[in-house]
Amino acid sequence: MSAGGTSPRRTQTPAGELAAAATRALAIPRRVLWRRFLQHGLAVFSLGLLLMLILISFSAPLIESYLGVDGDQVNLFAIKAPPSEAHPLGTDDLGRDLLVRLAYGGQVSLLVGLAAALCSAAIGTVIGLISGYYGGRIDALLMRFADGVIALPLLPLLIVLAAIDLQKLGLPAAITSSPDINLYRIVFLISIVGWTTVARLVRGATLSMRAREFVRAAEALGASPIRIMVIHILPNVVSPIIVATTLSIGSIILLESVLSFLGLGIQPPTASWGNMLTNALELIWDAPALVYYPGALIFITVIAFNFLGDGLQDALDPRSTKDSGLFS
Amino acid sequence: MLNYVLRRFAESFLVLVIMSFVIYGLIGLMPGDPIDLMISADPNLTPEDGARLRALHGLDQPLFERYLRWLGAALGGDFGYSRLHNQPVMEVLLPRLWNSVLLMGLSFFLALIIALPAGVIAGLYARSPLDHGINLLAFAGISVPPFWLAILLIMLFAVNLGWLPAGGMGSGGDFWESLRHLVLPVLALTLLTAGGIIRFARAATMEALRQDYVRTARAKGLSRTGVVWRHVLRNAMIPVVTILALNFGALFSGALITETMFGYLGMGKTIYDSILGNDFNLALIGLLLATLTTLLANLVADVAYGWLDPRISLS
Repeated sequence: MSAGGTSPRRTQTPAGELAAAATRALAIPRRVLWRRFLQHGLAVFSLGLLLMLILISFSAPLIESYLGVDGDQVNLFAIKAPPSEAHPLGTDDLGRDLLVRLAYGGQVSLLVGLAAALCSAAIGTVIGLISGYYGGRIDALLMRFADGVIALPLLPLLIVLAAIDLQKLGLPAAITSSPDINLYRIVFLISIVGWTTVARLVRGATLSMRAREFVRAAEALGASPIRIMVIHILPNVVSPIIVATTLSIGSIILLESVLSFLGLGIQPPTASWGNMLTNALELIWDAPALVYYPGALIFITVIAFNFLGDGLQDALDPRSTKDSGLFS
Repeated sequence: MLNYVLRRFAESFLVLVIMSFVIYGLIGLMPGDPIDLMISADPNLTPEDGARLRALHGLDQPLFERYLRWLGAALGGDFGYSRLHNQPVMEVLLPRLWNSVLLMGLSFFLALIIALPAGVIAGLYARSPLDHGINLLAFAGISVPPFWLAILLIMLFAVNLGWLPAGGMGSGGDFWESLRHLVLPVLALTLLTAGGIIRFARAATMEALRQDYVRTARAKGLSRTGVVWRHVLRNAMIPVVTILALNFGALFSGALITETMFGYLGMGKTIYDSILGNDFNLALIGLLLATLTTLLANLVADVAYGWLDPRISLS
């Protein structure tokens, strides 16, 4: 890996050189970050693995047409079939092709994971910025609220929220009967409990940014609070937000799988890795493969996101490479 | 100190009251209501009967007034009847609360005595093969889908090896039989809990090792073991205790899945079944008891925090 960025490679005009130097100053941390990330073998491997999983999941229609099968086609004459040429992984308890179901399930799990992580991060960023920038009572109130959300037994509460009848909330039937409603609902549910980590992180970073000269200068120039938060503070706290968001994707995919498994998340016939396991306890007797594959895929995906987040975190933390234990 | 505990107590009580209103409102938004259920169960009831029953039970009143009536009854010790169990709610919940406390307590204790030493050792031997091994196991623990882990354990120990029962509680109060039924749920919940604790303990140990007083202690000639016992452990445990208490809610969530998978009659399974079975009274009190337990655990942890760290004054 070349260190790069330490000396200008071309001779330039003074103005051009200045611009290049400024770009370099911004570019170096990111390049160094990337280099440090690449040293984290497990994280790089995880990134590759995830890209592969995403690629396979989203080529589900291609797999379908290649195999000449339809993922939604129930075939009661070929249930729990062993692997064959037409069904490389066999069929499920309704005779549907397992490989295709797994690929479509992967789309849902990955999409929900990414979407809910991004929404959580957005909510957390806004709350963290407000809390850190204004301080005082607003800060105390918002942070106590975050503490409260963290402390609650979330799964039982999420089960209640997932069981709510949307029509009783007064939502129009066009929305409540839309086929994607379960997808939106689960992203929404996870987002309203998942924002706390990013909020605390952004609040901490904002607190330290608020005292910096460039923020005070902007204040003195009469910039509005929103402008200061968005233009001056936010760009400086992006890296930790990215790390926290990556780290949260794993646990969000887990949560989605749990809710779908319990019958309160993604509803059949739409496949998700979680709802493919709903009647797993009956399947373990005669078709254990149907239990192994979806669970293993959740496990691999979640652990890969966790390794990826860990690698990014190490790359961001300047102390991490110097660290060695007392005994090692 | 006493002041602090009292204030936190009052705060927890306030949170509980707010949560009771929120949960009361949410339960009302679940599909169906008690009168609908009565009408669908009894063909002789007409919609007019339904309207009269609603008025009789005050279900036509605004939400807040219904809540106040419920709260008044609850404070008087009347928590209502469980529809699924045909018993007063508390008679259903209290034995199950005890079952859950047993399951969570045992699992948490086992997870602690495995994970704290493992995490501290990983931190002390950071970036050695030993650390990588422990870390890998911890990542596996936090990444495994809880219900899938339970299924795998059932497949291994109940189906393939046939050593342990796949689920249930054991009958007739036979101690050994109950114990045999407890093994797999406790094992599952322990494995699910240990991973996170290892990660916290490892991070806290590494953070403590970075501090200046560790270098000073080494410089003045204290042995490595001495530094660990005198300085590192004491300081590393402080953040660990806080995080553990904050994670009590997660422990409860893990217990809900474990209980459901193994047919273990605890609070989590009861709440889940009551929500699916439209048992509104049971769901409401179950959720509130779960919230109360979590709040109390946090309170205990806050006090323990002040006791562990003399630099923090609780006044």
